Amino acid sequence: MPEVLVLVDHDGEHVNKSTYELLAVARRLGDPGAVVVGTPGTATRLMESLARYGATSVHAAESKDAAEFLVTPAVDALELAVRDTSPAAVLVSATTDGREVAARLAARLGAGLLIDAVDLDSSGVVTQIVFGGSYTVRSQVTHGIPVITVRPGAFEPEEHPGEAVERTITLPVVDPATSARVTDRRTAPAGDRPGLTEATVVVSGGRGVGGADGFELVEQLADALGGAVGASRAAVDAGYYPHRFQVGQTGKTVSPQLYIALGISGAIQHLAGMQTSKTIVAVNKDPEAPILDLADYGVVGDLFAVAPQLTREVAARRAVG
Amino acid sequence: MNIVVLVKQVPDSGAERTLSRTDHTLDRAGAELVLDEINERAAEEALRLKETADAHITVVSMGPDSALDAIRKVLAMGADRGIHICDDRLHGADLLTTAKVLAAAVRTVADVDLVLAGDAATDGGASAVPAVVADLLALPQVTHVRQLDVDAGRVRALRETENGQTTLDAPLPALVSVTEKINEPRYPSFKGIMAAKKKPVDTVGLDDLLPDADGFLVSRTRVVEAVPRPPRAAGTRIADDGSAGRQLAAYLIAQKLV
Ligand SMILES: Cc1cc2nc3c(=O)[nH]c(=O)nc-3n(C[C@H](O)[C@H](O)[C@H](O)COP(=O)(O)OP(=O)(O)OC[C@H]3O[C@@H](n4cnc5c(N)ncnc54)[C@H](O)[C@@H]3O)c2cc1C
Ligand SMILES: Nc1ncnc2c1ncn2[C@@H]1O[C@H](COP(=O)(O)O)[C@@H](O)[C@H]1O
Repeated sequence: MPEVLVLVDHDGEHVNKSTYELLAVARRLGDPGAVVVGTPGTATRLMESLARYGATSVHAAESKDAAEFLVTPAVDALELAVRDTSPAAVLVSATTDGREVAARLAARLGAGLLIDAVDLDSSGVVTQIVFGGSYTVRSQVTHGIPVITVRPGAFEPEEHPGEAVERTITLPVVDPATSARVTDRRTAPAGDRPGLTEATVVVSGGRGVGGADGFELVEQLADALGGAVGASRAAVDAGYYPHRFQVGQTGKTVSPQLYIALGISGAIQHLAGMQTSKTIVAVNKDPEAPILDLADYGVVGDLFAVAPQLTREVAARRAVG
Repeated sequence: MNIVVLVKQVPDSGAERTLSRTDHTLDRAGAELVLDEINERAAEEALRLKETADAHITVVSMGPDSALDAIRKVLAMGADRGIHICDDRLHGADLLTTAKVLAAAVRTVADVDLVLAGDAATDGGASAVPAVVADLLALPQVTHVRQLDVDAGRVRALRETENGQTTLDAPLPALVSVTEKINEPRYPSFKGIMAAKKKPVDTVGLDDLLPDADGFLVSRTRVVEAVPRPPRAAGTRIADDGSAGRQLAAYLIAQKLV
């Protein structure tokens, strides 16, 4: 079986869930080879978890530079790993960094790039959802080694314990004239909530929430449901909630089992980021709000009355078990 | 300082967008085309630099004839000249080809200090053209920036992504892509619109930019199938009579969502 290279997303100590998803889908095409780019010692720390989720080899690309420069070390590492292994494909999570790594890699290889895959079959045909959920498209690479970014949350991680062989990639020294240096890092507080793109429940607030204080009510409902919090662009622009929680065309695309929109009108650019959710619930006091036209359950009412009542009911139900 | 701004014309994201039945590329004929909002912010950042330093701004766009309107709009905002890359052979270009062509156009501008771009195109862009252009030009990629400082031959920037914020530092020349949070773009003034009509725009084709591109590939991927997804329909709707929260909870329980 050919190798399928997977770029490992990690924080230095732990492998991110999206990488386990990649390892699971990689097996459809070949033997998963995990590429770890990090400071010296990282691969050894991550080895066991990667092997447990199906990596048959771990390529360690370690250097001091790896954490100090933006994106370039990962591109260099994958390029070298590709030249070493001639893989059947390279899979990278479709995160902000991942998209850039994958595209630069594809450019260096002169290879076809497929972005934001939600499915992938054993012949390498990828399924994508484009234009904010208006089309399902199936595509394939016609030239070069397929480089594919995979939407986080699209696949289930699967344990597949085995032994992984360790290989070493010697990273070139990064030229500071051609790469940006990361001089400070303020990691988003992880908090207790699931990540927006991975959550099975997302509760989002819009301008109707009225202010940063109002978002507490959104958070309380999300917590009762074990979900993530999202926001419309109007709510983000007004400073009610941080930018990284924005859902929509210029924010995150989410596709949870349940999406609850509180005080969101349902502009087309917002729908673009959430209309592939399984079930959509909306609370809006305006009966004409477009979000109500696609909600599986729409409540015309004041969110300040409806949401707390729902939170109490859900919490009570949870308490009973 | 020489600044190049990369701008794209896209279908208005407020309207419905369709794929052509014949080749699955974007159906431009049926769409209202606009300068992508994010590119107005990239242009605004260039214009702000021009206010504090001596700068010359070149706007570059690759697209059909209509893309000239996008270029004119940025000229009306205050940019100095345009390069319009227009060639039928570029129809359906993939990300790599787009980035190669844009990089070649940037190379035609002498002594570039800064390339500015949007961080993501609203027509389903990969959010990666700027990173690839940087790679091809061997420039540091300073992407997804919500705050930018250019001073003493260096760029310092605040990058914001789902993982949080990082501060980036790089020497010029560099490539910077901006997020929608970086600034509020200005409107072109009437005077600006009039002046834009007289500003120079060079129209160039593939042969001008990549004369010896042997085995030119417009795309390295192929769409096998494109199926419109059925629009969603409304389900149950209730008006709150004081019990909507409880009814909603009952619905979620019945759907096994709680
Ligand atoms: C290029 C471009 C990209 C964009 N990208 C995005 C994007 O990624 N994400 C995004 O969300 N938007 C995006 N937008 C903006 C989008 O067009 C809308 O402006 C935005 O989604 C509106 O947010 P909203 O629904 O919260 O606000 P509004 O449209 O103001 O709606 C607020 C709603 O709250 C309701 N309401 C008020 N008070 C209450 C109450 N007490 N109880 C119940 N309901 C109440 C109102 O009836 C109203 O329907 C983009 C726009 C452009 C041009
Ligand atoms: N055809 C094009 N012409 C000029 N600039 C482009 C083009 N395509 C992409 N860009 C630039 O790259 C940015 C990100 O696009 P994308 O990577 O496609 O999401 C855009 O905001 C533009 O600045």
